[in-house]
Amino acid sequence: MELERIRNFAIIAHIDHGKSTFADRILELTGAVSEREMREQMLDSMELERERGITIKAQAVRVRWRDHFLNLIDTPGHVDFSYEVSRSLQACEGALLLVDASQGIEAQTLANAYLALDNDLEIVPVANKIDLPQADPEAAAAELAQLVGESPERVLRISAKTGTGVTDVLDAIIERIPPPSGDLAAPARALVFDSSYDQYRGVVAFVRVVDGRFETREPLRAMVQGTAFEAEELGVMSPAREPVASLGAGEVGYVVTGLKDVSRLRVGDTLTSRRRPAVEPLPGYKDVKPMVFAGIFPTDSDEYPELRDALERLKLNDGSLSYEPETSQALGFGFRCGFLGLLHMEIVRERLEREFDLDLLITAPTVAYRATRRGGDVIEVHNPAEMPVELDLVEEPYVKASVIVPKDFVGPVMELANERRGIFDHLEYLSEERVLLSYALPLGEIVYDFYDQLKSRTRGYASFDYDLSGFQPGDLTRVDILVGGEQVDALSLIVHRDAAYDRGRQLVERLRKEIPRQMFDVPVQAAIGSRVIARETIKARRKDVLAKCYGGDISRKRKLLEKQKKGKKRMKQVGGVEVPQEAFLAVLNLDTERKR
Amino acid sequence: MSGVRHLYVHLPFCANRCGYCDFVTVVGRQAQHRGYVDALLAELALEGRVLADRLQTVFLGGGTPTFTAPEELARLLARLPDADELTVEANPETVTPELARLLVEGGVNRVSLGAQSFQPHLLEVLERRAQPDDVRRAVYLLRDAGLDNISLDLVYGIPGQSPAELGADLADALTLEPQHLSYYELEAKPGTRFTRAHGHELERQAEAMEGYFEAVVDTLTAAGYRWYETANFCVTPGRARGRDLRAHHNLAYWQGRDYLGLGIGAVSTVAGVRRRNLAGLAAYVAALSRGAAPRREVEVLDEQTRAFERLMLGLRLDDPLPVHDVESCLDSAALERLAAGGLLELSRNGAGDELRLTRRGRFLGGAVTAELVEFAV
Repeated sequence: MELERIRNFAIIAHIDHGKSTFADRILELTGAVSEREMREQMLDSMELERERGITIKAQAVRVRWRDHFLNLIDTPGHVDFSYEVSRSLQACEGALLLVDASQGIEAQTLANAYLALDNDLEIVPVANKIDLPQADPEAAAAELAQLVGESPERVLRISAKTGTGVTDVLDAIIERIPPPSGDLAAPARALVFDSSYDQYRGVVAFVRVVDGRFETREPLRAMVQGTAFEAEELGVMSPAREPVASLGAGEVGYVVTGLKDVSRLRVGDTLTSRRRPAVEPLPGYKDVKPMVFAGIFPTDSDEYPELRDALERLKLNDGSLSYEPETSQALGFGFRCGFLGLLHMEIVRERLEREFDLDLLITAPTVAYRATRRGGDVIEVHNPAEMPVELDLVEEPYVKASVIVPKDFVGPVMELANERRGIFDHLEYLSEERVLLSYALPLGEIVYDFYDQLKSRTRGYASFDYDLSGFQPGDLTRVDILVGGEQVDALSLIVHRDAAYDRGRQLVERLRKEIPRQMFDVPVQAAIGSRVIARETIKARRKDVLAKCYGGDISRKRKLLEKQKKGKKRMKQVGGVEVPQEAFLAVLNLDTERKR
Repeated sequence: MSGVRHLYVHLPFCANRCGYCDFVTVVGRQAQHRGYVDALLAELALEGRVLADRLQTVFLGGGTPTFTAPEELARLLARLPDADELTVEANPETVTPELARLLVEGGVNRVSLGAQSFQPHLLEVLERRAQPDDVRRAVYLLRDAGLDNISLDLVYGIPGQSPAELGADLADALTLEPQHLSYYELEAKPGTRFTRAHGHELERQAEAMEGYFEAVVDTLTAAGYRWYETANFCVTPGRARGRDLRAHHNLAYWQGRDYLGLGIGAVSTVAGVRRRNLAGLAAYVAALSRGAAPRREVEVLDEQTRAFERLMLGLRLDDPLPVHDVESCLDSAALERLAAGGLLELSRNGAGDELRLTRRGRFLGGAVTAELVEFAV
C-alpha cells in the first residue's frame, strides 16, 4: 500500500465532549458500517464503557475516504490511562482535538493535547456540538487556536450529532495530517499501542508498523519483555476484524498472538521478526506500575473463590491490574489490588460487582509508599497495616496536578490545594475567563476525596488532571484503629502527621456510632504506635431479655434467640466485639459520606 | 414413666380484645362456652392417660378464664384433676364475691390478676377495661374468700409512661402485698393494632426501658421479694409461712419438664414431642364432638434443641443450672469470656458443675444465651 494514501490519527477529547458520537458518524459516512448495522457508539465495546460514557480500552479502526485509508486510533479519555494515551499518540501522525463548544477545554484534554504536541503530531482543532443553543463556537475556537498556535479560522466547527461539518473534518485529515513515513526495507518493527484478550484466540495486539513488513505466520518477539510467539493472524479492523496477508510500515492493524496472558505483551513494547530482528526497540517503553492500592474482600466470606476467579478473568484483559491474596483479621480473606488510579479502581470494582455479581467490601484506597528502615533497606508498602513503625524515612508519590476553572474559583482551588499540602507551581490564563492552576500534590491526598472536594468547591466547574512526578519524603505516620484493645488491620491508614489527630478522631467517632452496644464497655481508639490520640467508649447495654417467657409455647421464644444467634454469625469478631459489616462499610465510606 | 405432672387449660374468651394482645382469644360468644368446655373435657379424656396420678400444677390461662360463663367454669373446675397448685388467670373487673367463692370451691388456690398498671390513662392506652380501684377491690375480694396466693401481672414501657408513673405503679402494687409479681416489658408485636398505633412512641422510649427494668428489679428486691425469674418475683418463705411461692406451673416450663396443654392454641411437650393445637374454635369443638383429636402442629425436638431450650429457660432463673443438662450446646470459649466479663458464674458442687448468671448477666440474659449457645451445623 502506498504510504501516501494512509493517515493515522487519534481523537483527543474530554468525556462527554462527543468523541464516540463523532467516531460513529465517521464510520457511517465512510460506509464502514451501514446505518442499519450502526449500533450507537460502536467503538466502546464494553457495556460499562457505554454506560459511563467513557472509553477504557483503545482500539483502532480503518476507514476509506476519497481513495485514502484513514486509521482512527481511539484513546482512553482518563488520566489513569495517560501512558496508554501516550502510546496511542505515538502510533499517529496527527490528532483531532475535539472540544465541546458549550464547555471549552478541560484539563485532561489539555494534558493530552500537550502530549500530542510533544510527539510532534499535527493537531486539527475541532469545535463540536455547535448545534446546542448554549454553544459558543467562537469562544471555543479562540481557546483552541491559542492552544495549538493556529488562527481561529482554521478551527473546524461541527455537530457530530447532526452530521454538520463532519465531511470537512475527513477532508482536513487528508489535507493537514502528513502521511506516515517508514523504511519498508529495514528490519520490521511495530509499536504495540493496545491489546485485548480474546477468549478463543488469546491476546490480540494492536500495532502500528514503523519499519519493514510483517507476514502472517512469521515468528515474532516482543523486544523489551522478550516474549516470543507467532503471528497467527494479521489484519485490520474495519471495524470487524479483517485478515490481511501482511502489514507494512505506516500501517495500523492487529496481530493475533495466541498468548494466554496479557501481561506478557505490554503496551509500549516493540514487535520484531525473529527471522530478521531489529536491533533497537522503539523508544518510550515504560513499565507502568500501579500506584493506588486497596483491599478487596467479599462481603460473604464464602464468595472468596468467586472473587479470585473474577480477578483472574479481569486481569486477562487488563494488564495494569495487579492483585495478591491478603488476609485481614477483620474482613477475612481477600486481595490487595493495585490500580493505575482512582478511576481504574472504580472501573474494576464496578466490573466485579456487575459482571460477576459480587458483593464487595473495599478498604480505603492508599498509595504506594517507599519506606527506608533503620539499617538502610528500602521497602515498598501497599498496605498501611504493613508500614513498619521504626523508620528512617518515608517517601510518597507526588503528582503534577492541573486544574482548569473559571477565574472566580481560583481562591477555593488554592485553598483546597493548600489544605492538601500542595506546592504551587504556576497559574495561566487560558482565556479571559478560564485559568489553569498547576500544583505539585501528594497522590495520597488525591485518593482521599480530593476530586469530590474540588467539584463541590467549584460547583462542578473544575476539571482536573494529574501526572505522576516521582517520590518525595513526607512527615507521614501510620494511624491504627483499635476496637476493644485490638487493632483492626483493615482500618489502619497512613496520613500526614498534622492530619493524624483529625482523621483518627473522625474514624473513632464514626465507629462508636456504628458499632452496636455490646455486653461490655468497648473502647474504640486511634493510636500512633502505642500512643492513643483519640478515644471513645461504646457503653455496655444494660438490658437484653426476652420479655415474656411463659406459656408452653417455647418454640417461638427459641426461634427468636436462634435468630439473634444467626445475626451474630454475620458479624465480624474484633477483640471479642461483634462488629456488623455495615459498620466497616460506613467507616470505609467515610469519605463518601463527608461530601454529601 | 411416672407421667406428666403439669396441665395447662386454655380458656380463650374475652370481653374485648386488648390492642397489644397476641394470645389466642375469642371475643364474646357466650353461647359457645358450654360447647367449648365440653370439648376441653373430651380432649382431657382423650389425652389424659399421659398424666400422672397426682398432678403438681394446673393452670387455667386465657383469654380471660374468669370471663367464662360461671356455670361452665365451675363445671370445668369440678372435672379437672386435683393438683398442689391450681392457678386461674383473672381480670380485675370480672372478680365478684360470687366468682371468688366459685374459684375457692373449685379448688383454685392461686390467682394471677392482670393488673397491668394503676394509672387510669395508661390502662386506657392498653385498652384495659379495669380501673385501678377494680384491681384493689379484686385483691380484697379474693383474699376475703380465703385465697392467700395472689399474683399481680404488671407491665412497664407503656407508651407515654414516665419514670414517676412507673414508681407509682410499683408503690401501688406493693401496698397490696401480693405474694407474687410478674413484671413484663410491654411487647409490641409486629402487625398488632397496638404496634401500628404506638410503635413510634415505643421506639422513642426504647433506651429508657433499660432504666425501667432496673428500677423494677431494684424496688421489688428492696421490698423483700425474690427475683427468681427474669420477670418474676415472689415473697420469700420467711414471709409466707415457709411456703415456696414461686409460680410452680411456669417453673415447670423453665425447668424443662413435660406438660400437657388442652384447648385451642394450647401447647403440650411430652417426651420430646411438642404439639400445638390450632387456633380455630369451631374446628376444635367439631373435632372433639366427633371424638377425634383436634388439628395440631407437631414438632419433634432433637436432643440439641432440648438442650438449647433448657439453657435459654434455665438461665432465666436464680437457681443454678446443671451444666450436664446443657453441655451439648455450650460454647466453652464464650463461657469463659462471659465468666471473665462478670456476666455468669460457674460453680462446682457434689453433683457437678453449675451455671448461673450474675446480677448484671441477668439483665442481659438474652444476649448472654445467644453468645453461650453453640449449634452444631
